[in-house]
Amino acid sequence: MFDAIFGFLYQFGDASAFLVLCASGLAIIFGMMGVINLAHGEFIMAGAYTTVTVAKLGAPLPLAIVCGALFAGFVGILLERLVIRHLYGRPLDTIVATWGVSLIASQGTLILLGPSITDVSTPLGSVQIGALSYSVYRFVLMATAVAIIAALYLLFNFTRFGVLARATIQVPDMAEALGVNTRLIYSLTFGIGAALAGATGGLYAPTMTLVPTMGSQFITEAFVTVVTGGSDVFLGTAPAGVILGFIRSVMTTWEGQLAGQIGLLIAVIIVIRVLPRGVSGLILRERA
Amino acid sequence: MKRRPLIVRLLSRLEGPQTLGRGWRFWAGAAIVLAAAVVYPLLTDSYTVGNTVYFFNWVFMALGLCLIWGYGGALSFGQTAFFGIAGYAYGVITLNYGADYGLTLWATLAAIAVAGLVAAILGYFLFFGRISGVFLGIVTLAVTLVLERFMAQTAGPEWHIGSARLNGFNGMNGMPNLTIPWPGEDGSLVLAPDLPLYYVVLALLVIAYLALRILVNSSFGNVLVAIRENPQRATMLGYDVRKYQLASFVIGSALAGLSGVLYTTWGQYITPSSMGITAAALPIVWVAVGGRSDLTTTLLGTILLIGGFQALTIYGSQYALVVMGALLVVTVLLAPEGLIMALALLPQRLLKRSARDAT
Repeated sequence: MFDAIFGFLYQFGDASAFLVLCASGLAIIFGMMGVINLAHGEFIMAGAYTTVTVAKLGAPLPLAIVCGALFAGFVGILLERLVIRHLYGRPLDTIVATWGVSLIASQGTLILLGPSITDVSTPLGSVQIGALSYSVYRFVLMATAVAIIAALYLLFNFTRFGVLARATIQVPDMAEALGVNTRLIYSLTFGIGAALAGATGGLYAPTMTLVPTMGSQFITEAFVTVVTGGSDVFLGTAPAGVILGFIRSVMTTWEGQLAGQIGLLIAVIIVIRVLPRGVSGLILRERA
Repeated sequence: MKRRPLIVRLLSRLEGPQTLGRGWRFWAGAAIVLAAAVVYPLLTDSYTVGNTVYFFNWVFMALGLCLIWGYGGALSFGQTAFFGIAGYAYGVITLNYGADYGLTLWATLAAIAVAGLVAAILGYFLFFGRISGVFLGIVTLAVTLVLERFMAQTAGPEWHIGSARLNGFNGMNGMPNLTIPWPGEDGSLVLAPDLPLYYVVLALLVIAYLALRILVNSSFGNVLVAIRENPQRATMLGYDVRKYQLASFVIGSALAGLSGVLYTTWGQYITPSSMGITAAALPIVWVAVGGRSDLTTTLLGTILLIGGFQALTIYGSQYALVVMGALLVVTVLLAPEGLIMALALLPQRLLKRSARDAT
């Protein structure tokens, strides 16, 4: 009985952590800037590739993951400067353009680096709890998901950058009139979102096979979580990740991986019918 | 006042505010292009004819997306999902019931109906949930990708519908060609990818193009464009935005279904990867680069881009996809209305500019 319950909790935590991590970067960019970044999966791929490459050069894994996040963030800022900046106020065009970028990135990686690169193995081994053994690294991932949400909360609520960013998002013209460099803020926000995607790629790189199209394995879950969550990262994405993680682990325990994904999708289609503005829309309306 | 006969009213809708091209010059040009398309297969070899049919197969999907996205303003990434649903439905029906007695035609209609029905159900949740443009794209993309993953894992023998195995990642194959009951010794005309199929698909294409022109110039099309331009205003004028968007979504998706059936009968196979993320990107590229807000530019853009894509594939499909991605980004940045549209409007703009300079 204990094994069954703990096994379920483990799976629930794992699924929630995955959803929160892969959605957080997308949610920051969408919530703060109203931009849907379809190249999100490719930022994850870039982070994973960089992490594995740096780790193979002999760096410890945490440092490699930081490198992956920094590289993805750098590419993100570059992309914002070159493409996204010209498309503010045209959300559909941004989707289409970032999809073009995603095609270039995944196929370009295929051309440059080949169909796959060798992975690093999952660190930290496993631990015996009750009758079953669990991967320690998965517990680290769960803790990281909580830590990242907490860090984002601190960043956006208790730093000067956070204040400027929120001001820019709420009334861009007024912020600019008060001397805020709004273009820089947009650049940095996009970079942070991209870096979070890179970190996600780096964190999950040891647990999966790296292929140029690996981004598409993440984006369905990321989009579904952001749609369910609505526009607020803390009141939307995080609870949505937990709720969807629960649905997914119930479905997975019951009928397998794919049922988990399909359950997720059906849950989302129903959620948008009932709550078009997502979980955060519901919470914010209740508070108001 | 005496009402004009229906056919005259319909024909008068071939031209209108929502479509480029009017007057005898345009239609004469269109007739010349059509005549060239009719003569073309007689001048070339059977492989090229089959290949041209392959190009034409995709155009229905692009026209459908043009209606949903270009005219209705709702960006759907789900065209390949309905393409795949119809392709698989056609396979399941024909593998179970065979191809005799013109059954493939009924299978075609049924497969398109299945695609339309799925679109209606999904569209109900999306449009009646008042999903805004961005979310619509994401949810349709998520549905497409999950459908692909679902079909890709149906490898085992337990996954079958009747006697049709779904075959997982390798997809279904061995579906019969379209067969039309025909007076003659065989009693039927098998449409292998050669002359007969070419003319049937060309005829379907002409019918779809003209019918869509009539549709978008009718009051339905005008309301659809009004919704694209300003949904609130359309609502205030008393139109139920949701119903119009749902209708255009179902029609566009059914056209994607037609593409799916034609593709399946053309190559006699359908695989999950025809719904995957790269496949789903291509209709967006064709329609965006051609010029999404007009049927004619979409038609031309799609055929040109598929031809260009195939020419590039000689160097490897990944290079072709990089070029397509770059074209998409460049189009959105430099000519958001589409490259062909920009070219079509160029003379007009130059005239305007010279007129302005002259004054």
